[in-house]
Amino acid sequence: MSSERPDIDHSNFLKRLWRSFTIAPLVPEDDRERKRTVLNTLVLHLHPPTVPMATIRYTHTWGLGGMGLVLFLLLASTGLLLMFTYEPAPGQAYGSILKLKGHFLFGKFVRNIHHWSANAFIVVALLHMLRVFFTGGHREPRQFNWILGLCLLLFVLFSNFTGYLLPWDQMAYWAITIMTSMLAYIPLAGNWLQEILRGGGEIGPATLVNFYTLHTTLLPILFVIFMPWHFWRVRKAGGVVLPKAEGGAGEDNPERVHTIPYLVVKEFAVALTLIAAIFLLSIFVNAPLQEMANPGMSPNPAKAPWYFLGFQELLMHFHPLFAVFVIPVLTGILMILLPYFRYGSDGIGTWFISKRGRRMAVISAAAAMIFTPGAVILDEYLIDLQKWLPGLPPEISNGLVPFVMLLAVVTGYYFYLKRKYESTKAEITQAVFIFLLTSFIVLTIIGVWFRGEGMKLVWPGG
Amino acid sequence: MNKNNTSTTQTHTRRTFLTRFWLLLGLAALAELVWVAVSFVKPKKQKQTAATPSIITAGPVDSFDLGSVTAFPRGRFYLARLENGGFLALSRECTHLGCTVPWVEEENRFVCPCHASTFDIKGVVTNPPAPRPLDIFPVTIENDVVMVDVSEAVERKRFEVGQVVRGY
Repeated sequence: MSSERPDIDHSNFLKRLWRSFTIAPLVPEDDRERKRTVLNTLVLHLHPPTVPMATIRYTHTWGLGGMGLVLFLLLASTGLLLMFTYEPAPGQAYGSILKLKGHFLFGKFVRNIHHWSANAFIVVALLHMLRVFFTGGHREPRQFNWILGLCLLLFVLFSNFTGYLLPWDQMAYWAITIMTSMLAYIPLAGNWLQEILRGGGEIGPATLVNFYTLHTTLLPILFVIFMPWHFWRVRKAGGVVLPKAEGGAGEDNPERVHTIPYLVVKEFAVALTLIAAIFLLSIFVNAPLQEMANPGMSPNPAKAPWYFLGFQELLMHFHPLFAVFVIPVLTGILMILLPYFRYGSDGIGTWFISKRGRRMAVISAAAAMIFTPGAVILDEYLIDLQKWLPGLPPEISNGLVPFVMLLAVVTGYYFYLKRKYESTKAEITQAVFIFLLTSFIVLTIIGVWFRGEGMKLVWPGG
Repeated sequence: MNKNNTSTTQTHTRRTFLTRFWLLLGLAALAELVWVAVSFVKPKKQKQTAATPSIITAGPVDSFDLGSVTAFPRGRFYLARLENGGFLALSRECTHLGCTVPWVEEENRFVCPCHASTFDIKGVVTNPPAPRPLDIFPVTIENDVVMVDVSEAVERKRFEVGQVVRGY
């Protein structure tokens, strides 16, 4: 034993191979050393070494942004598995899904995870956006990150939309028929856009290849570029938004804790809980699959996926030019401009800005819950502008006229709030936003549960 | 000082020119890239026209009752015979958002399952949201046999008597 040279490694080959693969760990001695060690780890490329204590409280962010990342990873990994079995051609696509469900180990389960993660992604992305908005996280200096977030939301919706066609069942075929037909109503570029997306005049093999490529290549690449950009801007802004406290421990000088372990432990808890929930759902509830697509027969009622049913409901009441172009484009522009109004810094980091802001928010939500169903019912049974204004083209009588009426209601509401509560710009913007948001949610609920055969208004289950 | 100043402006202009030139080249390259990408996703028209026959023989005039609607799934149209004996070949695609519109015999009208638009036997909108009547295909009658050219649907703003084809 004593003859063994100390400068030669006498352990076996495998051990030495493993040791050469891993880097010898630095063993941190104290907090200072620990800080330096963690700086070199992967986690800390994303997070700062320390974070304000108040931001790691679960109810501060609800972990929604992190959930988005977890869902993306779930979708990417299950999507990769699905790509090995899927055949993007109208003759084979449906059969390949049936084969996946019947013949592959956990085929159904993997498909279910992909389906439920995709749906959850929309919900989580929307809730994340609302959390940011209602705590003022879109205001200076985080305006641009709001726009990056809007891009990501668009990618989430477009990924869901392109993935919807791939099973090539009745639901997929007709939902995509309706939604690509909407494109034709966009002025000037509409027909061109529709032909490009469909790869021809109607939905067929070219459409499926287009959608498959967008869904499995282009959109994931965009995610991979935009997500780190989005996270990096959070870090550049000094972390997530925090209220300015009077005692000095506000955004400028908050009490800080180490990211490892305090933040990372919480992130893992959220991630694992979410994954467990998605897996449980995927065990018990199957992703829908109807009969194979039949271009000769539209199902009755033919509905878009739930996240577009708010738009489909708009189509029931407005000429398509307004329902699919004017209203969505104006909404989009408004969303982009939202962080650039000059709000000042009042109430930043506080839910709903202030006590008055909270009150106005509740009133706005209630007003929308009364106004929107009322307007839908009136338009369904009483108002028939196309008959009342027979001389006008439908773009005017069924489009511009109700749109101006709607604008008048929103503007009227804005000035009513302005006179009643002497509120700040941030509060009043928030109130109008909530009014429009609640209206859209109500429209979606009507579309999902209150539209039956022939798209007539029905009582759910009745 | 003065001389120095002019020389800086000169380099500055040259540099600006070169920068702009590069930018222009970059934009040209980008435009080409977009052009190529668009040409890749653009529909290949030849294949589609070759695959489907364009003239469909519907049958002898007398085999269609007055006021009846007959579906031709192969040609994706309905042949409507009006009460006056004239023929109209109506596209089965709803003009609102492209759903296939079934003929409901009992109600004597087309009812779209997607957004509840309805059309009468002439394809005229009787209930919005559809913005215009159903598209039509050209009909010809030779030796009392009805033929329909399904190569391209014809859009129309309103119903006109000239659209109806009569055999006599």
